[in-house]
Amino acid sequence: MSLKSKFSIALLLSFVLIFSMVTLAAAQDTKVEIFSWWTGGGEEEGLQALFEVFKEQNPNIEIINATVAGGAGSNAKAVLKTRMVGGNPPDSFQVHGGAELIDTYVKTGMMQPITGLLEEWGVRNNFNQQILDMVSHEGEIYAVPVNVHRGNVAFFNKAILEEHNITPPTNIYTFINALKKISEESDVSPLALGDKNKWTAGHIFETILVGTLGPVKYNGLWNGSTSFDEPGVRESLVVFKEIMNYVNEDHAALTWQDAAQRVLNSEAAFTIMGDWAEGYFKTLGWTPNKDFGWVSVPGTRGSFMVITDTFGLPEGAPHPEGAKAWLKLIASKKGQDTFNPIKGSIPARIDADKDKYDPYLTDSMHDFATVTLTPSIVHGSAAPEGFVTALNDIINQFVTTGEVDNAHQRLIEAANEYL
Amino acid sequence: MKKTAKEKLISFAILSPSLLFIGIFVYGFIGRTAQISFLNWNTFSRLLQGEKNYVGLKNYIELFQNPRFQTDLWNTLYFTLFFIIACLAIGIFLSLLLNNKPKYGYLFQNIYLFPMAISFVVTGTVWRWIFSPGTPGDPYGVNLLLSRIGLTSFQWKWFTSTESFLFFNIALIPVIIAAVWQFSGYTMAMWLAGLRGIDEQLIEAAKIDGASNWQIFSKIIFPIQKPITLSAIIVLAHVSLKAFALIYSMTGSGPNNVTDIPAVYMFESTFRANRYSTGSSIAIILLMMVGLLIIPYLINSFKED
Repeated sequence: MSLKSKFSIALLLSFVLIFSMVTLAAAQDTKVEIFSWWTGGGEEEGLQALFEVFKEQNPNIEIINATVAGGAGSNAKAVLKTRMVGGNPPDSFQVHGGAELIDTYVKTGMMQPITGLLEEWGVRNNFNQQILDMVSHEGEIYAVPVNVHRGNVAFFNKAILEEHNITPPTNIYTFINALKKISEESDVSPLALGDKNKWTAGHIFETILVGTLGPVKYNGLWNGSTSFDEPGVRESLVVFKEIMNYVNEDHAALTWQDAAQRVLNSEAAFTIMGDWAEGYFKTLGWTPNKDFGWVSVPGTRGSFMVITDTFGLPEGAPHPEGAKAWLKLIASKKGQDTFNPIKGSIPARIDADKDKYDPYLTDSMHDFATVTLTPSIVHGSAAPEGFVTALNDIINQFVTTGEVDNAHQRLIEAANEYL
Repeated sequence: MKKTAKEKLISFAILSPSLLFIGIFVYGFIGRTAQISFLNWNTFSRLLQGEKNYVGLKNYIELFQNPRFQTDLWNTLYFTLFFIIACLAIGIFLSLLLNNKPKYGYLFQNIYLFPMAISFVVTGTVWRWIFSPGTPGDPYGVNLLLSRIGLTSFQWKWFTSTESFLFFNIALIPVIIAAVWQFSGYTMAMWLAGLRGIDEQLIEAAKIDGASNWQIFSKIIFPIQKPITLSAIIVLAHVSLKAFALIYSMTGSGPNNVTDIPAVYMFESTFRANRYSTGSSIAIILLMMVGLLIIPYLINSFKED
């Protein structure tokens, strides 16, 4: 056989191979690719439970579980953006409701409205209206909120607090006194923090900011009715600096999970984290109200820092039918009641079955219905991603330098640039 | 050997696919990155709209005024410097030891070279555990070892330390140790290959003339090995500029960016903050830094040819 004919056969074979792959992919429309960053403790188990229900309801649809690990989706978001820009969207993806969804994907025309679908399934009125507002743009709904997390929670090791005769603090002064007392009386870190990934320090800062400003003024920061010149903003930096005196010395080497472990191992008393930490505690075998307790971050009782994970329908999703089946499941009462008790979050629907939730979550559901909702900055609900990154940078440097005026000035500059 | 026109054509035909792909995927994309670095694509929607508004050097000027980027440049300078010096010193020392063909020499040769086969992510993760400082009451890793053997005064905060000396952030020391652990075996292998090629008679002649071991090393071996040392430096230098995976998995940017490098900042600007033009500017600066190292080397080797 001559070289030439060998080459043409090889070429032919490659084409056959490529075409067979293409036709194979086209023949199987019964797939759905779900993109999320749910790889940690309770999150992954919740997602798997949801997949089980999905398989029961849709035995013909194969699930492709596309997850990218990394706290608060920091790595997943980069992967997702590349896929979206490259015209290779997953069928449905996890995105925080608020600015992250609306600014990045809706205003740029990458999402399909799903208002009609929610009405068709008769679930639109079962959702908390304020949450639907966070995923809406110009009157159309663009995503199904699966869950609601609260950001401003301080979890504590009950045994340590009892040992030091401390009652759970309710305002910032009693909180600082409690931290001080623990640091004076023992080797235990008063407050556990793991800010190897910068956002956790920003997370503490935003919960303090909502405390010093109050929920109404805090919400005003995002629509322009409150200025970053406000004295409360500077005060929040002062309080934050004070609280950072009581964190574990090696905070820069840890993640939020490591910090939660410190509380679990009785090496630290408090940790300020969103209530996904509650799901994490439970997977590690802790019982709410028995081993660990919680309060809203002292001084923020009237605020509910909302983080909501949502899923939408991208333009050009390769398997829209699969995606719709997925959205229908997570919008349903059964879907929400399957996922949320395991993940340690509360449903975005208002008709959920309260019996399925543990004492912490029922407590949170009560607050959710009664106090003012405030969008989280570091989790992308309040402000564009440019501002979030700038804030994390400012706080990261502030933790070391402690220069209040400099940090305040840079916050104002960041707000002018991005908001 | 003279090549016929037909042979030239064939060699060009064989090379052309790779030339084409390198042209598109390397130089084309470098050009595209350079273009974006002069635009104002600092939000996601501007990227999508794709309107080309040139802003000149604005992105570059803002970067050099940015304290984080200034820290990054200092970190890169010191990291590269210490990384290369330590890799050369340790690698050359090991190669000289092994060149005497000690018992089990091949075993040790493999042990020293082995870390190179591991990815930076694995190295970073493991060395993060080793150097994680823990708290004074509950030390971890090396600090735990130090407290077990009673050397508590040598405990420090390792890569979470925020102190610096002449702009050198001491938190970089553990990172440099990890990188040197991984790459000193590379210098060793390069040098060993060179040493095996040195004519024994040359060394013996020097010995007969009464040269000391140090004289043999500094006057004979080192000059002969100069080209090898130079190539090792070039490779190590560009590894240090690309240490993203090591830093990212081991320490992150660190408190007050003590272990931040331009590559991490580039990633965060581009994919977290959606500041594509800022990210591209950092990429171009990194490229120029690599060029600064490699171009003189290339010119030099072309001259020798």
